[in-house]
Amino acid sequence: MARGTIVAPRERATRGRSLRPPLGRRVREWLIEAPLALAALVSIGTTVGIIGVLVFETYEFFQVVPLWQFLTDTQWTPLFSEKHFGIIVLLSATVLTTVGAIAVALPLGLLVAIYLAEYASPAARRIIKPVLEILAGIPTVVYGYFALLFVTPILQAILPQTAVFNGASAAIVMGIMILPMISSMGEDALAAVPRELREGAYALGATRFEVATQVVVPAASSGLMAACILAVSRAIGETMIVTIAAGQSPTLTLNPLVPIETMTAYIVQVSLGDTPYGSLEYKTIFAVGTTLFLLTLLLNIASQWLLARFREVYQ
Amino acid sequence: MRVPGSVMARRRAIGRAFELLCLAATSVGILVLIVLLVDIARRGLPTLTWDFLTNYPSRFPEQAGIRAALVGSLWLVGLTALFAVPTGIAAGVWLEEYARRGWLSRVIEVNIANLAGVPSIIYGLLGLGVFVRALQFDRSVLSGALTMALLVLPIIIINTREALRAVPGSLRDAAYALGATRSQVVWGVVLPAALPGVLTGIILALSRAIGETAPLITIGALTFIAFLPRSPLDPFTVLPIQIFNWVSRPQPAFHQLAASGIIVLLLVLLSLNALAIYLRDRARRSMQW
Repeated sequence: MARGTIVAPRERATRGRSLRPPLGRRVREWLIEAPLALAALVSIGTTVGIIGVLVFETYEFFQVVPLWQFLTDTQWTPLFSEKHFGIIVLLSATVLTTVGAIAVALPLGLLVAIYLAEYASPAARRIIKPVLEILAGIPTVVYGYFALLFVTPILQAILPQTAVFNGASAAIVMGIMILPMISSMGEDALAAVPRELREGAYALGATRFEVATQVVVPAASSGLMAACILAVSRAIGETMIVTIAAGQSPTLTLNPLVPIETMTAYIVQVSLGDTPYGSLEYKTIFAVGTTLFLLTLLLNIASQWLLARFREVYQ
Repeated sequence: MRVPGSVMARRRAIGRAFELLCLAATSVGILVLIVLLVDIARRGLPTLTWDFLTNYPSRFPEQAGIRAALVGSLWLVGLTALFAVPTGIAAGVWLEEYARRGWLSRVIEVNIANLAGVPSIIYGLLGLGVFVRALQFDRSVLSGALTMALLVLPIIIINTREALRAVPGSLRDAAYALGATRSQVVWGVVLPAALPGVLTGIILALSRAIGETAPLITIGALTFIAFLPRSPLDPFTVLPIQIFNWVSRPQPAFHQLAASGIIVLLLVLLSLNALAIYLRDRARRSMQW
């Protein structure tokens, strides 16, 4: 924290009574500070609220549906008369689109990060970084439009068996969406590698490519890993692209060319219908939400832990 | 002597090829952006008329417009700013300038970092459970704005803190030396100096609020609405939900309307960001040390 070197008045004042600010002034200061602290506590309230809502509704859900069935059933049909609640169906769709998105975003994002950190001239960076920022700022519903109306027709032209709704086009576009995240976090990680390491490798006669791939990238590996995990978490929670482009048919499949339904798409599907409050269908979205929340929370914590370790190494 | 030379040449060639590969990967991002914008413009510009801006949605594509969605988005972003901006700045100021480095500020810090990574649809479930059901605000623009305010709060807090941290310590010391209280230092000296960064955070947060779709669908914002909200307790729709609705229909005529809606949405976001850059530069010019 960049606070000055001089001791703040409150600490200094306690040493001599005469320097202590008058009571009225201290009350006024407190009156200013209390609401500020309250505002900071709103964030704690948000977390408590999220966990409270999820736990409450999910508990009610598991009063009706046994946890074992939730985890092992291979069908997901809560909206039919014969109900099945196998989360694996939605989870597999989420995993399929996420793996596809990472398969697109990770190699591209890493190459972009290496280019920005090791090769690009300042002029090139001035063009590339804003473009990546624009990509990161485009609303996801726009990406959904792009996946369904631009990428899917191209896929259908190449592979005629591709359905209108499919996991592949959603995954590709989601990969483009998370590319800026990997490239900017990756660039930060690469740039944090001390110059001495690079200079040492150059002094041993390494080429720029060898320095980048054999010295800088391994040295930044935990930072790059953190970026990758955060990207996975982002892809798992992404909603509009998969809802628009991947479809709303809960199918247990690893085929990327047929309609599927991810966890997030299911929540949207139920929210769009007129599900009565308190019904079992209503509670399913909270059970799905809890699964989603736990998954992303674990990944976020893992990412933060890796980043903290990375910072420790180079400070 | 020939062998080492050729090895070196090969190593250099590999390096050159790798650099080209990196460049190619980078141009993929730029290329996709161009293709995306061209496709939207090609499909959406013909139907982007004055009637499109002023008509309510309709079953007939030629009569459909975004009036309700545009006004709804304005309501939503206005109310979201009303809730999130003061709270976010206050929380950022407290964490950076007031809070002692104790367990409480650490817990809040970790908590904010985690909240920033929670998927937006989870905030929708929070809004559904708390604002729509428990507090009985129903599917109103108030529920939507409160949900969205919680969603963007971490962005404002994190950016405010970074901006405050960047203010030189000498400014604080000078103010303290003149006998100012902590609050006078914070509100009279540090915060004005940090204003450009704080503004950037606010604009980022509001851009996010304008573009978000999923949490609003979850709290039950309507997809078809033929009137304007008159109070915070009225039902509403927003531009991204209207676009989603049109994209989801099978008829190509509605896809064109979706593209027109996207053009409007992107223009709004673009002008918001231009405004942010302008304000930031102006604030920066008046503040020099």
